[in-house]
Amino acid sequence: MFESLGLLPTFPLLGFLTLFLAGSFLPRGIIGLIGAGSIGLSFLVALSIVMPFLSGDSDVTRHVVYTWLSVGNFQSEFGLYLDGLTVVMILVITGVGFLIHLYSTGFMIDDPSYSRFFAIMNLFVASMLILVIADNLLLLYLGWEGVGLCSYLLIGFWYSDPANGYAARKAFVTTRVGDTSMAIGLFLLFTQLGTLDIQSLMVLAQDRWDIGSGFAVAASLLLLGGAVGKSAQLPLQTWLPDAMAGPTPISALIHAATMVTAGVYLIARMHPLFELAPNIQLLVAFIGLATLLIAGFTAMTQHDIKRILAYSTISQIGYMFLGLGVGAWSASIFHLMTHAFFKALLFLGAGTVILSLHHEHNIFKMGGKWRQLPVAFASFMIGSLALAAFPFTSGYFSKDEILIGALAVEGVGFWLWFGGVVGAFFTGVYSFRLVFVVFFGESRGHHDDGEVTGLAMAIPLFVLMILALFGGFIHIPVDSVFSHGTELLGTHEEHSVSTFMHAVMIAVPLIGIGVSYLFYCANIFSVNNLMRLPFAKSLHALWFSGWGFDYLYKLLFISPFLWLAKINRRDFVDTFYAGIVVLTVFGNSLSVRSQSGLLRWYILSIVIGIVLLVSAGAFL
Amino acid sequence: MYTIPFEHGLLLASALFALGLVGVTTRRNIVFVLMSLEIMLNATGLVFVVGSSRWGHADGQVMFLMILTLAAAEVAVGLALIIQLYRRFKTVDIDVLSQLKG
Repeated sequence: MFESLGLLPTFPLLGFLTLFLAGSFLPRGIIGLIGAGSIGLSFLVALSIVMPFLSGDSDVTRHVVYTWLSVGNFQSEFGLYLDGLTVVMILVITGVGFLIHLYSTGFMIDDPSYSRFFAIMNLFVASMLILVIADNLLLLYLGWEGVGLCSYLLIGFWYSDPANGYAARKAFVTTRVGDTSMAIGLFLLFTQLGTLDIQSLMVLAQDRWDIGSGFAVAASLLLLGGAVGKSAQLPLQTWLPDAMAGPTPISALIHAATMVTAGVYLIARMHPLFELAPNIQLLVAFIGLATLLIAGFTAMTQHDIKRILAYSTISQIGYMFLGLGVGAWSASIFHLMTHAFFKALLFLGAGTVILSLHHEHNIFKMGGKWRQLPVAFASFMIGSLALAAFPFTSGYFSKDEILIGALAVEGVGFWLWFGGVVGAFFTGVYSFRLVFVVFFGESRGHHDDGEVTGLAMAIPLFVLMILALFGGFIHIPVDSVFSHGTELLGTHEEHSVSTFMHAVMIAVPLIGIGVSYLFYCANIFSVNNLMRLPFAKSLHALWFSGWGFDYLYKLLFISPFLWLAKINRRDFVDTFYAGIVVLTVFGNSLSVRSQSGLLRWYILSIVIGIVLLVSAGAFL
Repeated sequence: MYTIPFEHGLLLASALFALGLVGVTTRRNIVFVLMSLEIMLNATGLVFVVGSSRWGHADGQVMFLMILTLAAAEVAVGLALIIQLYRRFKTVDIDVLSQLKG
């Protein structure tokens, strides 16, 4: 049964090859069929793998397809590994991925580069699957870079606009910073422990390194760098809002549901290593906390529908990092899954809104759209409820677990919990600000053109609605993976939390929604009045710019780099090569003189030459 | 029969060749250059003839006939080129016609 694990990335890869090589000759129907069908087949394969796993017929499995590299005593296999964590990931990737592909067949139907879109989407899914089923870090890194490449290609999908190309390069370069750190981490692990196989690596690390030892700290810090870059966490979060330049299904698949959660997966997969470095693990928690708050503030001030969702994604991944940092591993992965459901739903809903309103992104030019866009309205309503952790939606269960996990940490636990709750308040505010502004109140332009929706676009939305509502009741089979972790850092079972805390966690998002209602729907309070307060304008500008990180990085990195490039425009390394050029030009100018164009000069040269040669022959 | 000494023939040929060479290098009129070239060719032809009579061998004569043919062909092509040059540039001065200089 587990031999079919290898089939998982094969179907999307075949789809990619077919569309890449023959895509321009195929009709759109066939392209859509191949594009979405390959992911659908993968999903069926995933189900066939998962079913016996869930029923307990089989356990953790390792399957080597072939030996990839073998150099000296280093051996890297194309090895696949299946445990509870992988099961969750492959189901999310193929399941949500299939729904988004299905949606895309409708969404992208008028795009001239239809086949290119599906080709890269399929390549992305293949890379992402390789990332999560790899049993060694080298193969994982292959998938890791593969998804980065696809992300770059898809952000810049509409490449004729230079701004999109810029956003793509920004995303690529920023994540590259993290990837470099991760690569160095891999080198460190290999030189110290002599293998890159994840399972033996973890065993060796626990054998050889003490808790808090230098190597463990360095290795986990370097891996954290990679995770931070991929998952758009502080301080490498700036690329994700710009990544919204790509088509909306891309944002749903790559920049909400799957790729950006790869960092969370990496840390969860390497959790024994992080447990060896408690300080770094705590750092993960604080990075998550800072990110979720900063992104929460920013999301409240944005007016581009996709940027709001982007910042909310950053914020929600912040929750996952918080969960990882406090050792609530399974809660984090649970939130990863529910987030994939409701954020994909929100993005696809946003896609419908944007398409129906002729590519309008500004929420303040919408308004009162609930009657015109009923499906999108339902998606946003349910998605936002889940996002804001409304009781008994999927987001409620997962966020609840993370916050309870935070509370269980000794010392700083309360403050982590408190920060998370404050973040939950903002989540309520910004998610329902979006809903109220877009779907309620007066219509501000864009009169009724009807909703762009077909079966291909509606079915994924309905399925995701159900998942976003009831996904919280799914029990993810990761207990065996993290059993070690929960013992070590106390438990995140409910008995340690008082009823009061529970009430707070339920009430705070509702208060956030209420505040949002008072401001944006009932108009009892007005943002304009708020803006008249001193400092409000500059504070708003600061939040709107994402706390000025772009400006800061421009000042710290881009400007000095450009300055260096400018002063070294005539690269001094080139002097040697320029010297060769000067020498050649000089020789040329000498020999040009002999080309006088005077026939007599030529004849004389010939005669003199012959005389010299003949006399040399005669006398020597 | 009185025979011209072999050396005399060679000296005459050398003198003709030198004359031709001087003509080629000093004349500026391209027609004279061509004529000087013909003189040089004939000087070499003379060497062949003298050589063949010295050793009593027919190969030199045959070679001279070939040079003669060659010269006729060369003159035909050369004169045609000169006419074209003249039509184009209205001059036969080779120093003026030095477009190929580097």
